[in-house]
Amino acid sequence: MEITPSLLALQLVTGIALGAVYALLAIGLSLIFGMLTVVNFAHGAFFMVGAFIGLYFMGLTGNFWFSLVLTPLVVGVLGLVTERFLVRPLYGRGIDYPLLLTFGLSWVLIEAMRVMFGIEGIPSSTPPELRGAVDLGIGFFPKYRLFLIFATAVVVLALWLFLEKTRYGLIVRAGSRDGEICKVLGIDIARVWLVVFGIGTAIAGLSGVLAAPTRAVNPEMGIHVLAESFVVTVVGGMGSLPGAVLAGLLVGIVFSLTSLFAPDLAELSIFVLMAVVLLLRPQGFFGKAGLMS
Amino acid sequence: MRDAFEFVRRHRVAAVIAFLMVFPLLMPYHALAINILLFGLFAVGFNLLFGYTGLLSFGHAAFLGVGSYLTGIAMVHGGWPWWAAVVLGVVCAGVAGLVIGFLAIRTRGIYFSMVTLALGQIVYYAFYKAERWTGGENGLRGIQVPAVEIGSLRLDFLNPVTKYYVILAFVALALWFVSRVLASPFGAVIEAVRENDRRAAACGYDVARTKLLVFVLSALICGLAGALRALHLSIVPIDSLHYLLSGQAVMMCLLGGMGTFFGPFVGAGVFLTLEDVVTVFTKHWMAVVGGVFMFFVLFFPSGIWGTVIKRLERVR
Repeated sequence: MEITPSLLALQLVTGIALGAVYALLAIGLSLIFGMLTVVNFAHGAFFMVGAFIGLYFMGLTGNFWFSLVLTPLVVGVLGLVTERFLVRPLYGRGIDYPLLLTFGLSWVLIEAMRVMFGIEGIPSSTPPELRGAVDLGIGFFPKYRLFLIFATAVVVLALWLFLEKTRYGLIVRAGSRDGEICKVLGIDIARVWLVVFGIGTAIAGLSGVLAAPTRAVNPEMGIHVLAESFVVTVVGGMGSLPGAVLAGLLVGIVFSLTSLFAPDLAELSIFVLMAVVLLLRPQGFFGKAGLMS
Repeated sequence: MRDAFEFVRRHRVAAVIAFLMVFPLLMPYHALAINILLFGLFAVGFNLLFGYTGLLSFGHAAFLGVGSYLTGIAMVHGGWPWWAAVVLGVVCAGVAGLVIGFLAIRTRGIYFSMVTLALGQIVYYAFYKAERWTGGENGLRGIQVPAVEIGSLRLDFLNPVTKYYVILAFVALALWFVSRVLASPFGAVIEAVRENDRRAAACGYDVARTKLLVFVLSALICGLAGALRALHLSIVPIDSLHYLLSGQAVMMCLLGGMGTFFGPFVGAGVFLTLEDVVTVFTKHWMAVVGGVFMFFVLFFPSGIWGTVIKRLERVR
């Protein structure tokens, strides 16, 4: 196969589309970590649950857009329940316990999906409106992947507007700086954390629905995704939303270009990228040095 | 009661080994007993880092896996005798620990967990892709341990009882070593680092080097568990390297009681027995084990053995 500039450009766009999913996942992880200092090990499992529930709703109603709205709500509620009854009792007991708890939760969620939908997984299909390809000038590119990039941009923009431009967003940001002071000022900080956890898991669920048509949907799909979204979060810098987006796209592009030149090394490449970043900049692109200490 | 407790505490290695000597008699079948022995050792190695040093690694399957694979590769492709292959497996696990540890200790807290997980996945994919040597997805097959003759004693790995006690000999050696390390001044430094690494540094201890050394020791122990597991199973499944297995070490350690000497074995025993029993009733054992684990995180963070010790100390 000859490598032409247009092939390279197409692969680049493919990488951005793939990176969009990683960016979405990392945003959810980073949001929860930045506000609550909780590493959600069940994040990949929520992604997987999102993919399953999304396909289920699509099968039920035959409407992709309906499922796109409803699934994040359902997964978000699941996140609310998780925070309220499982994670909340562990605040103040160090950073390891919420991590361990959510790891256990991921096992339960994986089995729950196996019980409900079987171990084979369910076939996924691209919604009819988004089938086919469009000519980008450099070659034909699947419509659905362009939609992935667009949807991610919308979510990132919405989240940014929410955090930066709304009153509640201000409270969330204040809460991440100093929860104690917020409490003194009469803000129900526990509810803020609840909401943030809910939003984070809802985004994980949304990325599940969005990713479903592009990959095999099975109960184990979240397991690999979790490791990869950790890479993205580490490269971008824990708790940084711009870092999550930038690193997500970068990881997608690196993966996509490596699979063009050396397909065998594709999975390895993103982990190697992480190792290199760690050597040069242990706190990641936008991570604050000392945030962890 | 008090004297008995004090006696066991002082001779903890002897007590553990005495218990493990009679352990197969308590178990329904030997394969389960051997599994508990191996995963107990794996959890002991992990506990050195997590329980005693306070570093939560999610990449310890890498060391178990490297130990297993290198032992297997040396025997299958190199025709090495089993004992030399075990040594090679353990050494390579130690080298892997040195490399991963060097990168990971640059980070702290949650970062450390994520980085060890990701670096562990590098090892996973590397072995997965090196199909010619590792068998890729199918795992490495065909590891055969010939019977050993020491004088008139004939040790045959086909006999599960013999296999158990040969493996126990290695485990006993490792336990003695771990106990010696923990009881040494270095062991005290380790715990100082866990309690407050800034203060330990202020006391003049090289925290980074301490962490790295524990990391390597921990990798060596886990590598030994892996090497022995290759002999036990005769194959090396690719799952040996996956981070879900690292997660199992975490689970076993916490179930039994982290930072306790015997806790990891209790945890491994409970975990594997639970898996074994639950599988009889339902194939969805992961849900049950995951649920039990969450219950412990929420209500019994000191684990089974840790709680027992706390009670006994209160009686004292």
